[in-house]
Amino acid sequence: MNKNIVLCGVGGQGTVLASKLIAAAAMAADIPVMSAETIGMAQRGGSVFSHLRMGEGVYTPMIGEGEADLILGFEPGETVRMLPYLKKGGQVVVSNRPVMPVTASVSGSSYSGQDMLEYLERNVEHLMIVDTEKACEELGSAKVLNVLMLGAALKTDTLGLSKEAVEQVMLQRLPEKFHELNLSALNYFGA
Amino acid sequence: MHKEFLMGNEAIAMGALAAGVNVVAGYPGTPSSEVLETVAKRRSRDVYVEWSVNEKAALELAAGAAYTGARTLVTMKQVGLNVASDPLMCLEYIGVKGGMVVLVADDPGPISSQTEQDTRQFAVYSKLPCFDPSSAQEAYEMIQEAFDYSEQYGTPVFFRPTTRVCHGYASVELKDQEQYHVNQPEGFVKDTSKWVIFPRLAFQNHMKIESRNEELVQVFSDYSRNAILSEDAQHGQCRNGIVASGISYTYACEAMEQLGHIRMLKVATPHPFPEQLALQFLEGLDEVLCIEELDPVLERAMLQVCGKHHCQVKVLGKLTHHVKNAGENTRDSVKKNIADFMGIPMEEAVDREVPPALPVRPPVLCAGCPHRASFYAVKQAMKGKKTIFCGDIGCYTLGNAMPLDMVDTCLCMGAGVNIAQGVGKVEPDTTCFAFVGDSTFFASAITGVVNAVYNQANMTLVVLDNSTTAMTGHQPHPGTGRTMMGEIVSKISIEAVLRGIGVETVETVNPLDLQQAVACVREVAAKPGVKAIIFKSPCIAVTKPRGCMNIDTEKCINCKKCIREIGCPALFVKDGQVTIDKSLCTGCGLCSQLCPVGAITGGESHE
Repeated sequence: MNKNIVLCGVGGQGTVLASKLIAAAAMAADIPVMSAETIGMAQRGGSVFSHLRMGEGVYTPMIGEGEADLILGFEPGETVRMLPYLKKGGQVVVSNRPVMPVTASVSGSSYSGQDMLEYLERNVEHLMIVDTEKACEELGSAKVLNVLMLGAALKTDTLGLSKEAVEQVMLQRLPEKFHELNLSALNYFGA
Repeated sequence: MHKEFLMGNEAIAMGALAAGVNVVAGYPGTPSSEVLETVAKRRSRDVYVEWSVNEKAALELAAGAAYTGARTLVTMKQVGLNVASDPLMCLEYIGVKGGMVVLVADDPGPISSQTEQDTRQFAVYSKLPCFDPSSAQEAYEMIQEAFDYSEQYGTPVFFRPTTRVCHGYASVELKDQEQYHVNQPEGFVKDTSKWVIFPRLAFQNHMKIESRNEELVQVFSDYSRNAILSEDAQHGQCRNGIVASGISYTYACEAMEQLGHIRMLKVATPHPFPEQLALQFLEGLDEVLCIEELDPVLERAMLQVCGKHHCQVKVLGKLTHHVKNAGENTRDSVKKNIADFMGIPMEEAVDREVPPALPVRPPVLCAGCPHRASFYAVKQAMKGKKTIFCGDIGCYTLGNAMPLDMVDTCLCMGAGVNIAQGVGKVEPDTTCFAFVGDSTFFASAITGVVNAVYNQANMTLVVLDNSTTAMTGHQPHPGTGRTMMGEIVSKISIEAVLRGIGVETVETVNPLDLQQAVACVREVAAKPGVKAIIFKSPCIAVTKPRGCMNIDTEKCINCKKCIREIGCPALFVKDGQVTIDKSLCTGCGLCSQLCPVGAITGGESHE
């Protein structure tokens, strides 16, 4: 089984941890895995992405255009930006909550997350829009966005991993006091 | 052996430890920083590690240790090599006893650097052998081999990964600790005919270096990481071949999985170039395409081989505009290069409508960053005056963005001080400022200040002291009072250094107290000579938030002055009302101090 996954969002949203959890779950299942992520200056509120590749016969961590089985989008506009990577018939899981760029606040130009979601609806066959705004509010924390998104991706069955596998590495890697919250987030869309 | 999921830089560090490295020094710089951090985290107690004050100090320390027979590793980014180039150029003529690997991470793009310089080119210039890994696993193994070659030939060697190798993760197969090489340094043996560089010794050693590199041409032709990968059955008659190295080699492999395999030469040692292997590769070929990033180093080497041996082979690449000559290669650019070269039409991309305009997200100073307050204070104090604001390298380069717009120049580490001096010499009516961070101050601004003071400059030095090296991931420096060995040591006081140099006016002020900061800038800038302001307030990433600001929507008149003037990412307009993003706000209180109606409260009080 080979899987190419693109995770994308804005610096600070926790895409890196989500990518690490998927990779660790793959490692635990003895699946070879490679990944690449944005590090450095762009982390300060810039667009960030992770490429994650699982399976045999992979030479490089980078994914080519039209090769991603799944795009896990933490932000609507950033998901649109990464859409060229989606393969024909690939799955997109996207958070509905936009992050306003500082440039928009300063210059007054408008960026609408809704426009981006509508564009995705028109152009992506297999699309799951996740109401993370509501979910984070119900769970009482904005910090679980990444685990929520992982839970949603598991629901679409395109991650190539079982929920048990993800759950196990999550519990191994997170401090115990965050276990309950993150378990609720992972299972938010149904156990 | 066991497997771990490691970043390329972590794999390199683990490789160095497996090779029995004794001493590791470096200066932080993206994309190299994680190598030294991983050594510090994973080392056994007898491995010495330090963040040096700059790359020159790191290299000199490693050279001294290597003189004793220790195995040493120096880490830096490509522009750091410029700082270390003086000792390195000379060290090549002296040589080393213990294996010494100079790790220089190059940054095609560039993604977080000032230049797209190519360390392979520097290897040719400085005559050092150079190793160029293509993946985390290869980097892990190759750095161990690099130590062996260095020791065997008594020369420092370059190890040059690029960003995608440094920052790519993979499941890497590692040696267990019992399998590590153990290196016991013999100690320094006095011999002035060996360790003291004089013109006569330089001449003799120059001859030795040239013949050694001739030998390495042959040795590297047999080095297993330089390799010819055969064409597949369909391309048995094909007279085209690919030359590639580093991450571009892996992109070429992926492309040929899809397009079919033609013959490929993988180059792991761009210098000395494996000439005999290249000749063998060229046998029966009419055209070769060189795929590499930064400079056309492989392409020139292939041209040289073809010229020297009268091969009737066309060499294509950057010089012939078949591969782009600046910026990063990507999976797709390499696939297109190879498809064009093989005469295969590219398949059409999925047809989608043109997306709406995407948000632009340039990197910005974090919410609560004290640099924002410092820049704003200087901007307020100097309103209406003829000024120049010379910036430097660090997070505070981001002060250039609107609406702060407070960086007029930025060149290289520490350059701002003397650029301000130079502008002032020509334009005496301009009030000249140089901004420098605390880590950059220690790394390379002190000599600049000495120069400015002694040569009677008129300028204000602004030290942005946030008590860390923020941009590269919060490494300690001489002002922080801790070392990479975990010791708590005396801090070196920036104020005392400046006073020692002869700067008479040195004012230390908290930039988050806007009123006081503005008054201080006015007073200091008006004085003649070289004077300094130290804006002291810790980076938000190394300190606890002070809480969160609140906007009283009754009082707020939505003038948006807070948004317009400071560009804090925690301030935005939601449904027509200025709002604070509670997940970002640190309660620094800068916005509350410029609100004309006092609608913003909370955070820390500056009354």
